[in-house]
Amino acid sequence: MGLLEAIIISVIAASTPLLLAAAGELVVERSGVLNLGSEGMMIMGAACGFAGAWLTGSTFIGALFGIAAGCALSLVFATLTLGLAVNQVAAGLALTILGVGLSGLIGAGFVGEKIVPAPHLYLPVLTDLPVVGKILFGQDGFVYFSVALVAAIWWFLYHTRAGLVLRAVGDSHTSAHALGYPVLKIRLLAVLFGGGCAGLGGAFLPLAYTPFFIPGMTAGRGWIALALVVFSSWMPGRLAAGAYLFGAVTILQLHAQAFGLGIPSQLMTALPYLATVIVLVLISRARGSAGSVAPASLGIVFVPDR
Amino acid sequence: MQLVLEKRAERSTKIAILSPLLAIALTLVTMSILFAILGKNPVAALIVYFVEPLTDSFTLMEIAVKATPLVMIAIGLSLCYLANVWNIGAEGQFIMGAVCGSWLAVVTNGTGAGPWVLPAMLVMGAAGGALWALIPALCKVKFGANEILTSLMLVYVADLIMDYLVRGPWRDPKGMNFPTTASFDPVATVPALFETGRIHWGALAALIVVALATVMLGRTIKGFEIRVVGAAPRAARFAGFSSSRLVLFTFAVSGALAGLAGIIEVAGPVGVLQPGISPGYGFTAIIVAFLGRLNPVGILIAGLFLALTFIGGEGAQISMKIPLDLTKVFQGILLFYVLACDSLILYRIRLIATQKKASHGTA
Repeated sequence: MGLLEAIIISVIAASTPLLLAAAGELVVERSGVLNLGSEGMMIMGAACGFAGAWLTGSTFIGALFGIAAGCALSLVFATLTLGLAVNQVAAGLALTILGVGLSGLIGAGFVGEKIVPAPHLYLPVLTDLPVVGKILFGQDGFVYFSVALVAAIWWFLYHTRAGLVLRAVGDSHTSAHALGYPVLKIRLLAVLFGGGCAGLGGAFLPLAYTPFFIPGMTAGRGWIALALVVFSSWMPGRLAAGAYLFGAVTILQLHAQAFGLGIPSQLMTALPYLATVIVLVLISRARGSAGSVAPASLGIVFVPDR
Repeated sequence: MQLVLEKRAERSTKIAILSPLLAIALTLVTMSILFAILGKNPVAALIVYFVEPLTDSFTLMEIAVKATPLVMIAIGLSLCYLANVWNIGAEGQFIMGAVCGSWLAVVTNGTGAGPWVLPAMLVMGAAGGALWALIPALCKVKFGANEILTSLMLVYVADLIMDYLVRGPWRDPKGMNFPTTASFDPVATVPALFETGRIHWGALAALIVVALATVMLGRTIKGFEIRVVGAAPRAARFAGFSSSRLVLFTFAVSGALAGLAGIIEVAGPVGVLQPGISPGYGFTAIIVAFLGRLNPVGILIAGLFLALTFIGGEGAQISMKIPLDLTKVFQGILLFYVLACDSLILYRIRLIATQKKASHGTA
């Protein structure tokens, strides 16, 4: 396997959890809800996903556990923000604090345990093709699912009636409500979907990336996923590009550390976080006069009148 | 039948006072269930968590030690949140304050420098925290970058900067390769208040901060400006209040307070700069700010209460083998209930009959 091939495969692996979580959050934000709890839902997905796989020996059931954990946490968030009209920023922070604590509690019993990592696809001939074989036909299920998910979201948002309604709810909840659309119900479904995606993205880490669980192993990926949604201007195609770009930054710093260029390892580890700040600044500056492209009702509490 | 929210004609003062207490009560019920799931006696566990620390003068002082940084950080954050500015990177500002102040302690270590060292360290700590906080503030004001994400990203960066320094240039040569600086000299240490116990002058500093914040919010134009910009941004614009200036101001003040808390923590109870100086003070302070209803005196009480959970959690880990992470779970649940109960100040929940859909045609 050539070096380039190996690098591309590791970039894809590093990008996949970001892509999964960010894709879910993109749908949530398109419906007008800002759920800052990504990090908490991801780490809970990681802990529960590992627990599921360890108990049953199946990556698939582990992934389902991760999705369920993400959905459960997002349901708590939805109850507060949609049911009780609580400030979404504060509720999202609470979700992250709760998720980090709960995952430590659940995961404590599994630290040091190992599982069989997710199986990779193998097609005779195709997977053995030089250079592109392993990249296209030798990934694990998470990678294929994440790509299909982004494509499906793109199709849903721009080519279905339901997608149009969801965007309408995100852009003006009062108008959508006046037209008779159930704003809160649509948002609830979007939030649950986002929770499931974040849980799956988190579950990818212990199920496929490293075959073990460490408390706090998401290491801010949930927050980077949130930044990616801003970076993408709420568009699925750009989201995928952004996720792979960030995966590349992560892998670049790992390789640079391995070469030991005399740069402190901490500076290299800080690169993805610094890159996030710089990208946010650049993208916000570029938009500047063009006005915001965020969904117009993003983060605004909606209480329907009867 | 259906539950719906209905806006109250005016905010309910009765619930405003009751809501934090209701939130705490609901949290205790939830915790009892969690204890039972973990196979512990809920009553015994709650006593270890919330009563035992109050019965011993040593743990009482420890509560004050833990509450000191929480209250100082939360006061700063409350100014931000009142103005609808979302600084959630106080943990990073706390660390950068500790790092900047510690620089002086490290370079003067063993040189016999005079008593000017500690005051200078405190100033540098506050300045370090403020400058670190101004990065996301400037990114927001100049370029419109979301301050929530940038301030949080800088927490990780600050942590790595500290990690680099204590493992590299600042490491104690006599420290057996442990990642820590040399113990600070007495002139670089915040003195203890009493002969025994770790309670130090920083606790008084926190009380002064509470008093100053009360005066500022209640009696000055700046405090008025913060509240108007947060509550009615349009009205604030007509009044000529600049929201950009306020973003810079609230970030700088909250950063300075977090930085001051950081250097006081390092120069006080800890005595060296090392990784793990904060058990998440910067994040817990967010809960303190909300539980205290963004009110300085409320924050003081909330800070003491959350400090109690830290101490109680440590006690429960030792005597009942309850995992330390349960404290974080507890804090997260508490914040949820606080937010939920606060909603009842503005809204009431009503049970209404679901409207039947008009039936089409007659059979």
